[in-house]
Formats: sequence, structure tokens, C-alpha cells
Amino acid sequence: MPGLMGRATTIIKAKFSKLLDRAENPNETLDYSYEEQLRQLQNVKRGIADVTTAKKRLELQYTSMQQQVDKLDGQAKQALQANREDLAREALARKAAVQAQLDGIMQQGQQLEAQQQKLIEGEKTLQTKVEAFRTQKEVIKAQYSAAEAQVRIGEAATGLGEQMADVGLAVQRAKDKTEQMQARANAIDELTTSGALEDYTSGGDDIDRQLAQISQSAQVDDELAKMKAELGQGGDPPKAIEGAGSEEEAPK
Amino acid sequence: MIVRVLGEGQWRVDDSLRARLQELDDQVSLALDAGDEAALRSGLAALADAVRSHGEALPAEDLSASDAIVPPADLSLEEARELMSNEGFIPDLPTPAS
Repeated sequence: MPGLMGRATTIIKAKFSKLLDRAENPNETLDYSYEEQLRQLQNVKRGIADVTTAKKRLELQYTSMQQQVDKLDGQAKQALQANREDLAREALARKAAVQAQLDGIMQQGQQLEAQQQKLIEGEKTLQTKVEAFRTQKEVIKAQYSAAEAQVRIGEAATGLGEQMADVGLAVQRAKDKTEQMQARANAIDELTTSGALEDYTSGGDDIDRQLAQISQSAQVDDELAKMKAELGQGGDPPKAIEGAGSEEEAPK
Repeated sequence: MIVRVLGEGQWRVDDSLRARLQELDDQVSLALDAGDEAALRSGLAALADAVRSHGEALPAEDLSASDAIVPPADLSLEEARELMSNEGFIPDLPTPAS
């Protein structure tokens, strides 16, 4: 039974013998191969552009989620300082959920990066080979009879065909990875808009509101106490400033 | 003989390496049959490694056809199955729009 190596070899060879069968004379083979090369190079350039766009989107999402993590972390500390362990717990739980998404995004970003590198290198090699093919075809035309030229060009075109298949595979795999990544990014966007995973960076989430309430009420108490002290208010002094109130009452 | 590692390039290796490559390819097949992705990947990596370490890299402008083609080492189980079952894994060349 042939293994993966045998299978890959057979498939790629079959694909390009078909290609060469379509052309009947050396000139046709040259023209045909050249057209295919140009199309494949275009295809690779498009693939690289698509991956670049996808990576940018991923980076934006990553930054925004990183901000969420930082913010939730700050909220947890603030809540603890206000002796609200329940709130701190909630903030940390949300942070863990966002962090998990973040790790997934990071991993996909790395895979995408690897595919992009392969594409860029593949394009470079293909371009070099296309140039070599151009040079070689002139030599072949000048030095060989039509029958010999057919054989020589067939060999060169097969080698080039392999490179085209190689880079074509890289384009295909990059496309798959890009699509997977986009599906994930869309899912996160959807969760965010549906509220299941709130966009904590937009401000005003419930942890924020509760923390604000705590600090507001503390501030109100403080100010109230200060005002009462300044006014030397009698009657029913609040417990916290009872002492001060009775002192001021004395000279009256 | 000339061996291509997909996504990497081509190497000229001594014909005596053929048996070793065949052996490694058999191990890769076993990993695929067992559905063991880690073994599949390490097997493919070993194949590519054998080619790289025993061969001489061909320059980019070389147009020689290969005698054997090694799939990329980061192949998933799904991709490997696709490769074995049909020709869909290796994409067709882009064709004229007409």
C-alpha cells in the first residue's frame, strides 16, 4: 500500500502530465505553461493579501481583549479594596473567560503567521523558477530539434509544475486557516453584540457600576460628615462624628 | 534521486536513502491508520529531516522534477485522509475564467 509520500508524488505528477498532454508542440507547451505560471503567481499574491487582512483583524481583536483582561484585573483589585469579594470573584471569572478566548486567538494567529511565511517563500521560489524557465526555453529553442525540445521542455515544465502545485497547496492551506480564524472572530463578535460576552472595554458594565456605587456612597458619607462638622450641626449628629458635634455644642 | 518536501524545497539525496524513506513513510501510514495525529506529524517531520540531513539542497532556479514528494510536517489527520482518499488535497491550477 502506498504511503502519504507515494500518494503525494502520484497525485502531483498526474496533475501535471495532464497539463502537458494538452499541449502538442513545444511552442504551445511554452505558452501554456507560461500562462499557468502567471495565473498561479496572481493566485499566490491574492492569498498573501487575504492572510494579511485576516491577521490585522486578529491583531485588533487581540488588543481589545487584552484591554478587557487588564480592566477586569483592575476591577477585581478595586473590589477587594472595597471588601467586596463577591464582585472581585465575578471580575476574575470573567477575566478567565476572556483569557481563554485570547489564548485561542493567539494560537490561531501563530498558525496563520506560519502559513503566511510559507506563502511568501513559495512565491519567491516560484518567481525564481519562472525566470529560470524563461531563460531555459530560449536555450532549448536555439539548441534542440523540435522533438528534443519537446522532451526538454516537458522536463522543465514538470519541475515548474511541482513548484506551482507546492505553492498552490500553501495558498489553499492558508485560505483554510484564514477561514477558520474568521469564523472564530465572527463568533466572538456575535457573542459580544448579543451580550453573552460583554464588551467590558466599552465602559459601564455592572461591576463598574457597583464599584462606582461603593465609592460614591463612601464619598457621600465623607462629605456629609465634613459638612456637618463645618456647620456645627446639632440635633441628631451621626454616630461617626458624635464626639465632634458635642464639643462644638459646648460653647453655645 | 530528487526529493521535494512540500512547502520547503527540493533536495538531491543518494538513491540508497530510498529504503529508509520508504520505511519512514510506512510508519506515517500506520500513524494515519491509528488516527494518531502526533505520530503522524512526528513521522512526517522525520521524513523531511532525513531528506534535509542526507541531501544537498537544490537552488531555487533548478527546474528538475522530483522522484518523490513528502507532504508538509504540519499536516492534520483530516488533511492526510483527504490526501489519501481523493485528489482534492492538492488544488488544481487556477484556470482561465472563460
